Amino acid sequence: MNEILERLVRDFDITDINERSPALTTLKVKKDNGERLIRELRDRMDFTHLNFITCTDWIENGIFRLVYMLHNYTTRQTLGVHIDIDRENAEMTSIHTLWAQAWTYQRELREMYGIRFPGSPRLDEDFCLEGWDQMPPMRRDFDTAKFSEERFGHREGRVSIVPRDHMKAQLYPDRGGSE
Amino acid sequence: MTPTTTGHSASLDFAQPEPVDLKSGKYVKVWQGPQHPGITGNMSLELVLDGDTVIECRTHVGYLHRGFEKLMEQRTFIQNYPVVCRIAVPEPAFNEYLYAAAIEAISGIEVPERANWLRTLNLEMMRLASFLMWIGGQGGAFGQYTVANWTLTYRDYVLDLFEEMTGGRIYHMYMVPGGVRAGLPAGFEKRILELMDTTGKLLDQVERVMYHNVVFKARARGLGIIAPEMVDPYGIVGPNARASGMRRDLRKDEPYLVYDRLDFEVISGTGCDAYERAWLRLQETRLCIRLIRQIIAGAPSEGPFQADMPNVLHWKVPAGETYVKAECTRGEYGYYMVTDGSEKVRRVHVRGPSYTHAIAVMERLAVGTNIADIAGLMVSLHTYPPEIER
Repeated sequence: MNEILERLVRDFDITDINERSPALTTLKVKKDNGERLIRELRDRMDFTHLNFITCTDWIENGIFRLVYMLHNYTTRQTLGVHIDIDRENAEMTSIHTLWAQAWTYQRELREMYGIRFPGSPRLDEDFCLEGWDQMPPMRRDFDTAKFSEERFGHREGRVSIVPRDHMKAQLYPDRGGSE
Repeated sequence: MTPTTTGHSASLDFAQPEPVDLKSGKYVKVWQGPQHPGITGNMSLELVLDGDTVIECRTHVGYLHRGFEKLMEQRTFIQNYPVVCRIAVPEPAFNEYLYAAAIEAISGIEVPERANWLRTLNLEMMRLASFLMWIGGQGGAFGQYTVANWTLTYRDYVLDLFEEMTGGRIYHMYMVPGGVRAGLPAGFEKRILELMDTTGKLLDQVERVMYHNVVFKARARGLGIIAPEMVDPYGIVGPNARASGMRRDLRKDEPYLVYDRLDFEVISGTGCDAYERAWLRLQETRLCIRLIRQIIAGAPSEGPFQADMPNVLHWKVPAGETYVKAECTRGEYGYYMVTDGSEKVRRVHVRGPSYTHAIAVMERLAVGTNIADIAGLMVSLHTYPPEIER
C-alpha cells in the first residue's frame, strides 16, 4: 500500500492520508485530479470494485465532501477517496463511464444534495423523490420538522426529545433537571 | 445477454439505450409493480415490450423512502437502533451488526469473545431465515407455491428461535455496541440443533420438488446470464457474482467475528444463469446449517457478552470515519460512518447490494427477456428495495 500511496502523492498531489484500519485508508485529492485518479486506481492499480459513492455535508466549512470507496480484490485493500467541492457551486466530473452503477449514485447525489455531474445519464430523473421542489433534503440546512409542519400541517407529538435531558427532567424535577 | 467486450479494464458499453418510439404503435409499455407478486418488495419496473419480449427496462424506487440516513443524523447513537434494522426488513441483523461495528471501530471498543460467537450465530440464523424466504419467492415466481409454503413455515420456526434469543421475531436490536444484549436461554442449543436437522430434511425435499422440476429447469436455465466480465464493472457481489465463477466471500476473504475459526469453503459455480444462482443459494442455505452447528459446538457458554460501556445516555463517540462490511445473503453489505465528536452521527451511508443488482444489472438483464420470466429474473437477483432508498 505504501508504494501505491507514494506514487499517488507524486502524480496526483494527494493529501490527508489516513490509515483508518489495516484494510482501509482514506486520502484527499483536489477536484481537478479526482476523475483522473479514480481512473488510474481502477485501470492500473486493480481497484476494480466501486463500493459506493456518497457525500458528507460540511456546511460549517462551505464544502461537500464526496467519498468514492474503491476496493482491490487482490490485495483486499479499500481506499476512500475524498474530494471536497464548493457547496455553492456543487459540481463534479462524472465517472459513469467507469462503472455501470456510478450514474445511479450520481443521480441520487443530484437529488439529495443538489450536486451536478455534467454528462451523467438520467441525472435529472427523479430517484426516490417525486416532484420534489424544495432544497435537496440531505443538505444539513434542510429542516425536516419545518418542512413537515408546512407541508402536512401541525400535529401534536412531532418533537424530538433528547433522552438524556428527558431522563434528567424525570429524575431531578426539583433541581430544574440538572444533576 | 452477453457483454459487448471482455476484460475488466476495457469498458463495457454503459450507454443508456435510445428511448423507444411508443407512438409508432409497435410497442407496449407495461408497469410491473409496485404492487405485483413478481416484484421483490415495493419497487416497480417500467417495461417496454415488443410482442412479449422486453426491449427496455427502467427500475423505479422511492415507494419506501423514509429518509433513514437523514433521520440518523438527527438522533443520538442509541436512538438509531429502531431505524437501522428497518433498512433491510428480511435481514435486519446485518444492519444492527454493522451499525454497532462501525461505532466500535471508531471508538476502539473491544467486544468480548462470547459476544462475537453469539453475533455470528445471530447472523447465520438471519441468513438461514432470509434464504428460506428467498427459496419460497423463487419457487413462487415460477408457479411453485407449495415450496413457498414449506420454506416460509420453516422461516417462521427460525423466527421462533429469534424470539427466544432476542425477544423479537423480525427486529431484534440484539447486537448493540460493545456486544449483545443477552446470552442464550436455557435449552436453546438443543432446540436449534433439532431445527437444523428438520431444516436439512426440508431442503432435501425442496431440491427434489423444485430444483429437479423440469419446468423450473427449463425456465431458469439460460435466464439472466451474468457473464464473468460483467461482475466488476457492474459492482456485482455475493451469490450473483459467485454463480458467475467468482470465489469471493467476505466471511473467508476478510474474516470478521469468528468466521476465521469456522470450517467452510466458498461455494461458487460457473453457470451464470438464474438456475445456477438458485442452486448456489440452496447450497449456501445448507452451509448455514453446518455453520450454525459449528457455532453451537464452539461458542463459550460462560463469560461476559457485553463490554464495559457507559450509560447509553452519555455515549461520546470520538470524531472519526470508517467503512465496515459483512457478507449478507446477497453479498457485501456495508456501513460508512462519519462522526464529529458530538452525540449524534455526522453521516451514515448504507451500502446494500441491491443498489446495483436491482437497477444497473436488472435494467440490462431484462432486455431480451420474455415478460413471463421477468419475475423469476428479478427474484434470482435477490434484491430488497429499502436498502436502495434508505
